[in-house]
Amino acid sequence: MRFAPVAAILLRQWYLLRGSPVRALPMFAWVGIDIVLWGFIARFLNSVSAAEIDFTAVFLGAVLLWDLCGRVMQGLTTAFLEDVWTRNFLNLFASPLRISEYVAGLVLASIVTSIIGLAVMLALALPVFGLSFLALGSHLLLFLLVLYGFGVALGIVASALVLRFGPASEWLVWPIPALLSPFCAVFYPLAILPAWMRAVAHALPPSYVFEGMRALLQGRPFAPLPALAALTLAALEIALAGWCFVRVYRRAVRTGLLARYSAETVS
Amino acid sequence: MTARREHPSDSAAALRVRDLRKHYGELLAVDGVSFEVAPGEIVGLLGPNGAGKTTIINTVLAVLTPTSGTIRIGNVDVARQRSLALARTNFAAVYASLPGNLTVAQNLRFFGLIYRVRGLGRRIEELLAQFTLQALRNTKCGVLSSGELTRVSLAKALLNRPRLLLLDEPTASLDPAAARDIRAAIRMLARDTHCGVLWTSHNMYEVEEVCDRVLFLSRGRILLAGEPRTLPHEHGVRNLEELFIQLAREPLAHPAERLG
Repeated sequence: MRFAPVAAILLRQWYLLRGSPVRALPMFAWVGIDIVLWGFIARFLNSVSAAEIDFTAVFLGAVLLWDLCGRVMQGLTTAFLEDVWTRNFLNLFASPLRISEYVAGLVLASIVTSIIGLAVMLALALPVFGLSFLALGSHLLLFLLVLYGFGVALGIVASALVLRFGPASEWLVWPIPALLSPFCAVFYPLAILPAWMRAVAHALPPSYVFEGMRALLQGRPFAPLPALAALTLAALEIALAGWCFVRVYRRAVRTGLLARYSAETVS
Repeated sequence: MTARREHPSDSAAALRVRDLRKHYGELLAVDGVSFEVAPGEIVGLLGPNGAGKTTIINTVLAVLTPTSGTIRIGNVDVARQRSLALARTNFAAVYASLPGNLTVAQNLRFFGLIYRVRGLGRRIEELLAQFTLQALRNTKCGVLSSGELTRVSLAKALLNRPRLLLLDEPTASLDPAAARDIRAAIRMLARDTHCGVLWTSHNMYEVEEVCDRVLFLSRGRILLAGEPRTLPHEHGVRNLEELFIQLAREPLAHPAERLG
């Protein structure tokens, strides 16, 4: 993989942001609203509940981490959609740019944009609602790594879907995090779920993260095996998503879809 | 029958296409096409709409996989070493304008990084000057006129000093004076840098002026090949445009009868 082509994709995202600062709004606006909303819900629950659970840590922490995962996916998909919206595929893919470099550029762009979102969430959640990650300790980094990985896998799959089914399928990809959230057990223990949903959840790395987070917040010890499973799953799913994207790309080249890709020509 | 230009050895060809075929299901878009473009040569790829010109260009650019056949850019097989082959190639086409939400300079920098151009800043300045784009460097491409966009696309196409340049109707949106300047620039480029050029156009006057050799395509086959200034007389018509119309209207004869 060569540095310059990857940097080009990242640079393009910077140019777009600089040229139209309003693009920065989605990076933090929705996550900011989520933090405020769940922050007050958690504060209310803490005030009326006799249970010995810190709802701020459980709910707000979960919202923050889950939003981060969604931000990574959306950052990657948005960077990809820039090329759909500007009909730039021919210029890009008729160049020496390798698919691995293109995807790496998209991943980098999504990581940078999601870090901005994370910073805004932390700036709101820590001082305003008193959220503390002290109980999670250094395990928080591991959780973040898993969620970043899963977000990257989702973003690559979403981009492959748009490439395969055309720009009109864009609406299909945005709700993916919402569709997965019940299975990821973001706000409740896995044990609540019926057996078939638990089976699906075990294939989703975030479910291990949120179980682990709740266990630490309740003072239980860190379980390394589920964490390792989550990391392995995230890595496997990134590889699977990459394989899927390459397959879709090759099909698009074989059928001529890539050369004539536009809203009008893709059915 | 046709006066065909002598080519250097195969290994020196800027582009070598052999037995290229492309099926879209039942439709045969390109049917066993073979041709070469020598370094410094400008070859016109002519034919009516749907003849297979853009399909050929897309296969050379590796955005379309041929059903069979080989394409080599220099000594590099496009199917086997796509990235290396395309690093020596570039293109401009009316249907592939640059992203409108980036400025002229940003687009050139973006593609310059993708093509890994050395001394990129200096190269961008050279091209902005060559295509008189200095005043537009900070203008977003989305608000440029079609003529200005064409100049930007050509500047992008020359960023990496290509050995093979594919131009799909490069002067279609230009006024006559600008089109003449572009033709002169491309001729000079081919002469000075030995860049091979594959040029499609429906403007036969332009083709006569610019191209060293033309290939007439119809229904995915090369019907005729030769020098654009002598070819019409060899076929009993006054100019290339008459020959084009004649070939486009006639039912397809066997290519061998025509190629001679």
